[in-house]
Amino acid sequence: MDKLFDPGLFLPPLIGGGLIGLAAALMAVLNGRVTGVSGILAGAVSGSSADRGWRLAFAAGLLGAPILYGAFDPSGLAIGDIASPPLLALAGALVGVGAGLGSGCTSGHGVCGLARGSGRSLAATVAFMTAAGLTVFILRHVIGG
Amino acid sequence: MPTIVAAGVAGLIFGVGLMLSGMARPDVVIGFLDPLGHWNPALGFVMVGAIPVAAMGFALAKRRGRAALSGKLHFPDRKDIDASLLIGAIIFGVGWGIAGVCPAPALTLFLRAPIVGLTFMGPMLVGLWFAPKLREWAVRRRL
Repeated sequence: MDKLFDPGLFLPPLIGGGLIGLAAALMAVLNGRVTGVSGILAGAVSGSSADRGWRLAFAAGLLGAPILYGAFDPSGLAIGDIASPPLLALAGALVGVGAGLGSGCTSGHGVCGLARGSGRSLAATVAFMTAAGLTVFILRHVIGG
Repeated sequence: MPTIVAAGVAGLIFGVGLMLSGMARPDVVIGFLDPLGHWNPALGFVMVGAIPVAAMGFALAKRRGRAALSGKLHFPDRKDIDASLLIGAIIFGVGWGIAGVCPAPALTLFLRAPIVGLTFMGPMLVGLWFAPKLREWAVRRRL
């Protein structure tokens, strides 16, 4: 609970969130696009080649961000505790299929959709937050130690 | 070309935001999803920071009626809440809960831990490619 009132702990997420919002705002104003990363990648994988340029450029920006960030805060490059390879692969498959079927992910529905006041995105966000919370509960408190 | 540069810069800013906020660390994300454990509210603050800023961008874009660099606005306009949306969101949520990784952070993992990044990203890209075919199959079977 002290994390809520300690600026050292809530400011980085708040400012980092602001940067994420800024990226989405730039994409909206400059390119007329919703910054749903699952959709951006799906279009790069399956869509027409005319579209591919900006999609790959956005992905390249994300891929390269650690280089820029690491120049200021090398310790922030650490990945922390990570799931085992089989679980990572399963998780990746579920995230990909789910975002594809559900027309979006945390950035598309959770940030952009809510920012646009979309009822569809609100429903999707509630659904995936609930599913994620239940999954973590089962893995950590029912099955896990 | 300007559209491509803008997208690249936006991706860079997004990625830096993810890293600064802790969202590029799966354990921090799972910490938010685990209120009964050691709850980490960081993800909540990320949303509080991101949504209003994004909202201003969308409002400005809508008011202008066009994209500054590429002309047309490509904002989705569906309003219906259908089975595909909800089932997809649930499946996504389960995957997200298992590893605490979703598409954008996954890409920031690649340079930091290439094998980890690829182990998640490979199946994710396959899943994204496969999902429309799955949806077509379900529609044809009238599911």
